[in-house]
Amino acid sequence: MKNNVGREIPDEILNEKDYKTFKSVDIGNPEKQRVAPKVSVSTGDDKVVDSLEDVVKENVKDGMTISFHHHFREGDFVFNKVMDIIINAGIKDLTLAPSSLTNVMNDKVVEAIKAGTITNITSSGMRGSLGEAVSHGLLKNPVIFRSHGNRARSIEEGEINIDVAFLGVPNSDRLGNANGMNGDAAFGSLGYALMDANYANKVVLLTDNLVDYPNTPASIKQTQVDYVVKVDKVGDPDRIGTGATRFTKNPKDLKIAKMVNDVIIHSPYFKQGFSFQTGSGGAALAVARFLRQSMIDNDIKASFALGGITKPIVDLLEEGLVNKVMDVQDFDKGAASSMKNNKNQQEIDASWYADPDNKGAMVDQLDVAILSALEIDTDFNVNVMTGSNGVIRGAVGGHQDAATSKMTIISAPLTRGRIATVVPKVSTVVTPGDSIDVLVTEVGIAVNPKRKDLVEAFKKVPGLPLVSIDELQKRAEKIVGKPEEIQYTDRTVALVEYRDGTLVDAIKEIKD
Amino acid sequence: MGIKETALAGTLESSDIQITLSEGTGINIDLDSSVEALYGDQIKKVITDTLNKYGITDAKVKAVDKGALDCVVKARTMAVAQRALGTTDEPNWEVL
Repeated sequence: MKNNVGREIPDEILNEKDYKTFKSVDIGNPEKQRVAPKVSVSTGDDKVVDSLEDVVKENVKDGMTISFHHHFREGDFVFNKVMDIIINAGIKDLTLAPSSLTNVMNDKVVEAIKAGTITNITSSGMRGSLGEAVSHGLLKNPVIFRSHGNRARSIEEGEINIDVAFLGVPNSDRLGNANGMNGDAAFGSLGYALMDANYANKVVLLTDNLVDYPNTPASIKQTQVDYVVKVDKVGDPDRIGTGATRFTKNPKDLKIAKMVNDVIIHSPYFKQGFSFQTGSGGAALAVARFLRQSMIDNDIKASFALGGITKPIVDLLEEGLVNKVMDVQDFDKGAASSMKNNKNQQEIDASWYADPDNKGAMVDQLDVAILSALEIDTDFNVNVMTGSNGVIRGAVGGHQDAATSKMTIISAPLTRGRIATVVPKVSTVVTPGDSIDVLVTEVGIAVNPKRKDLVEAFKKVPGLPLVSIDELQKRAEKIVGKPEEIQYTDRTVALVEYRDGTLVDAIKEIKD
Repeated sequence: MGIKETALAGTLESSDIQITLSEGTGINIDLDSSVEALYGDQIKKVITDTLNKYGITDAKVKAVDKGALDCVVKARTMAVAQRALGTTDEPNWEVL
């Protein structure tokens, strides 16, 4: 059956898993029932254990759902350590439900799939050897990709029912009061892990830094935690986040960033108390620099910056140009280390950040979002999941969530090498075009024709190179040529949910 | 027509293609490309067409492509063809 972005979703998937197809980016005002976790009652005096093996053997059984967070990013030591024990214990048929999977986890996941340990996965994304393996059919059941907001929703509504959460923390006391801000492996916000701590039936903290009771500030609380396991090291500080984020010198990135800034400051949203979210890519970071100058020149301050936070955003906070930073994760050390010193850098959980089934999420209040794209098509649908060869190599992240902002700008080069970014049809729809408002490339700006108000506003601005997205697509094709079509089999290897849990696309196995 | 000597043109940088031409029978292209699934046939066609314009019908071609555009593929093929034919001092303007 075709959904509302023209994607064919196999009927057997819809029937088997009781799925609905994507209809609209408008969530509406439904009434939803949330779930609550089981509580194993204890006074908490015997939570500290030395043997991770014992904890795993006592709590992880065949067919369960286990979870992890990805706040340690490429410096994670927790995932592989826990998975090794689970694989060696011969446990089978697990559902893996981490907030996302980073490259350091790839080989272990592949090993666990081959061993029959993992038979289902839901994640924000996957890359590298794991993405290749899944795209070539390694996993029998389709992977389910969910945005950060959708993961929060799915946990709250019982679609993801976590039996055991293994959460690495850079500090904890003996009862499990913990935060992400202090310790050798500090990473700042615990945003995504807070969902697991709140909703998993069993919560196992792993830490290399046991501190005096009671530990404050406590992002994860003793009321949520079943075990505190002392390990040698939870993460490699040098690989958790790169040190100082350097500004791009790439002239193409700078040109795009300047054009994005021009779009923002000439939009109706650039006024006292506006809010914004930027990604972590080179162009997005450069936007922060141009935006800073425009805010100073026009004497405009932002009420908040949202999402994954970088040092340039923290600098705006410290300069007084941004009142609050609402922080669900930190992309670099500068952002991670400033949280403990600045009370205006507020840690938020994934639900507060972006869960659509909410009494108001932060993304619902967002004015401007600057996001990236691997591909964007002439209907403004965006792909951040599969590469030009159809192989899984990305993540939904907060893309669908932040795209609900009042003005969502995609900043992307027209082409990358011989690969066109603006294409007739994206290989995978992740974010529907209805929530994308402006595309900025180095050769021109395309406004979604559905946003007549923005078209009118930008027409009045001299020097803004407005073009249609069809022109951009033709221009890209003229440069790189017309590629051959990717060959897929009939088998579905992954499903992409929209943030409300409907199916926005199905990813097929690559034909070799 | 065959070639006089083995020759090489191009680099392994992004958006470039490195082409090696050596003696062989017929045009035989061994292509290694980062965009092979999408543009493999097109790249081979540009190389073959360009070689034919030099009258080269017998050569072994090794091409390592890093996402070069057609114009780059053509330019590198011209360079390697003239080097292999020993005619770098007398560019064949007709091919341009």
